[in-house]
Amino acid sequence: MTSIEAHVQQPYKYGFVTDIESEVVPPGLNEDVIRLISAKKGEPEWMLDWRLKAYRNWLKMSEPHWPNVKYGPIDYQAISYYAAPKQKPKLESLDQVDPKLIQTFEKLGIPIEEQKRLSGVAVDAVFDSVSVATTFQAELAKFGVIFKPISQAIREHPDLVRKYLSTVVPTNDNFFAALNSAVFTDGSFVYVPKGVRCPLELSTYFRINASSTGQFERTLIIADEGSYVSYLEGCSAPMRDENQLHAAVVELVALDNAQIKYSTIQNWYPGDEEGRGGIYNFVTKRGKCAGKNSKISWTQVETGSAITWKYPGCILQGDNSIGEFYSVAVTSHRQQADTGTKMIHLGKNTRSTIVSKGISAGRGQNTYRGLVKIMKGADGARNYSQCDSMLIGDKCGAHTFPYIDVRNSTAIMEHEASTSKIGEDQIFYLRQRGLSSEDAVSMIVNGFCKEVFKELPMEFAVEATRLLGISLEGSVG
Amino acid sequence: MTGRGKGDAGRVLLDVKGLRVAVAGNEILKGVDLTIRDGEVHAIMGPNGSGKSTLAQVLAGHPAYEVLGGSATYAGKDLLDLDPEERAREGVFLAFQYPVEIRGITNSYFLRAALNSIRKHRGQPELDPIDFLQVLEQKLKTIGWDDTMMNRPVNEGFSGGEKKRNEILQLAVLEPRLAILDETDSGLDIDALKTVAQAVNQLRGPERSFLIVTHYQRLLNYITPDVVHVLADGRIVKSGGPDLAHELEAKGYDWLRDAAMVS
Repeated sequence: MTSIEAHVQQPYKYGFVTDIESEVVPPGLNEDVIRLISAKKGEPEWMLDWRLKAYRNWLKMSEPHWPNVKYGPIDYQAISYYAAPKQKPKLESLDQVDPKLIQTFEKLGIPIEEQKRLSGVAVDAVFDSVSVATTFQAELAKFGVIFKPISQAIREHPDLVRKYLSTVVPTNDNFFAALNSAVFTDGSFVYVPKGVRCPLELSTYFRINASSTGQFERTLIIADEGSYVSYLEGCSAPMRDENQLHAAVVELVALDNAQIKYSTIQNWYPGDEEGRGGIYNFVTKRGKCAGKNSKISWTQVETGSAITWKYPGCILQGDNSIGEFYSVAVTSHRQQADTGTKMIHLGKNTRSTIVSKGISAGRGQNTYRGLVKIMKGADGARNYSQCDSMLIGDKCGAHTFPYIDVRNSTAIMEHEASTSKIGEDQIFYLRQRGLSSEDAVSMIVNGFCKEVFKELPMEFAVEATRLLGISLEGSVG
Repeated sequence: MTGRGKGDAGRVLLDVKGLRVAVAGNEILKGVDLTIRDGEVHAIMGPNGSGKSTLAQVLAGHPAYEVLGGSATYAGKDLLDLDPEERAREGVFLAFQYPVEIRGITNSYFLRAALNSIRKHRGQPELDPIDFLQVLEQKLKTIGWDDTMMNRPVNEGFSGGEKKRNEILQLAVLEPRLAILDETDSGLDIDALKTVAQAVNQLRGPERSFLIVTHYQRLLNYITPDVVHVLADGRIVKSGGPDLAHELEAKGYDWLRDAAMVS
């Protein structure tokens, strides 16, 4: 084995299972299951109707097979669509939260107890199908910021939810979005009122614990005129030989002069070296810059999941609005990722920036797929795209599919792409200066990802750097 | 051979005996003997393909080079038994012929990480960025250079001359006991060559030995070696004083190569 091949073999650190009594509905999907989920969440009639409509649409749709990933058929009737730890339905105080749940999140580095909270970060902790705690809600309310589980928001702020839900990702947008609309369980709801700069980083941590379940998260973030919010999500799951489905929908709406910064550190269980187990991460994320001068920025660090299928995009509707996508995607072992973005320019003088860094190691397959579409009315639109791929070892692959569709001759488009390989000579150079081979790889990879990491909130940039080191440990040796 | 008048009294730093090395199955070094004492400057000259760079790389521990036989003792340790990073931490430094680029990592970050790994090995406290800056400034002063390269990514977009200068700067900061310069003069114009040579001369001292690998004699006009060796067809075929370099410049390598074939 060369010194490059022994660095990606560190065991997955978050693979433990919490032993807790859960209520899990039997596997299978039909209208009764949807009615059951809706009832458990105490939803109003309109929400149930909305779900059922999505479900009926879903029945007519078929799973997309155009992504550059390979996996066996998914049996949607073998999945349980609702799992929740047994406890009181909604907790007013953390004292009522099962200590096992608090310990679980603590072990994941997400303290939710009052005295241990991350300073400056409000956290919504989601365990399987339910939110178990949301910190700093009262503090945020002083600024008029609503940050709560979406199931609670549906009950408490029905007008806001109804006004914006599925306005960015229609329920029939795609197969997985339709499925999510039918069965989604929890996720976060954020509303930042006019002119408010949200004083805390908002964050949701998703944990899958129960086996044979799927997690269907739904997040909706609305930044009203002139407001600003920075939101971060993290996630992890136990190590299991089965594949588990995570099909999320995230919608962002930015009104006039508003800004949303959305960051993801995705660390779902990636499966083992032979490709057994791991999460299927089939996600639809989209933001709408509905107002003029608005801005939506996606930053993602994707190190986990057996298969990743996601294209966080922006609809640049308001004049002078800005969309950004910064991505690091790592595939090692037998992980597969088909990820990228969609930037749809509708408004005048809209601008978008895409910086994608794909790292492939082991037998990983990494695909960048991106669409930049300039519509007729988008005078003076500009896009800058940069796609860089890095290969570690000689059994992995990097693929790039940029789609460009320009219907306005005033558009200015720039596209840069590069592929590099971490070579023996590069590692040797750093080792000759006294660095271990692990430190050498970590330095090269972090340097490669620097343009993306600098977009992450400070507290999480450190975490991302560390995570990347772990994901690639053993791929060089 | 004597090391700058110290005679044979200087401690042996590197002792190479009968070293045989192959690359991709081809034997390149066919039995090299070489003894370097503390403070000595040795030059290895020889025609293209004679094995000069192989010697430099194998002493630094490049994994692509396979040792077939022989030994190399460095400061009393079996050098060939150490990993490349262990050799570096023990004070072996290789100035590369083709330094690699590292995107997104500044020269100063890289150099501090390297220095700290060596300091840690020596049991010294690691330097924070501010302390490191002081060390760096003092070293830059020693070799008479400015800090314009420090905040650029390592070797990225550097000219050939800048890359070579950067190697010498690293040498200055990391303070090795044995500095191996692999064709540091190649690709340098005469001004850059002088700048690099002057810096190397500033870094000479009783606690530091040099092994300078070069094809041409011109670098040795500015750095006067104690010993000059000629490597041909995988063996050292002749050793002598600084004058040997001039003789080679005048006569070329063929007469020696022919001698090696005969022997």
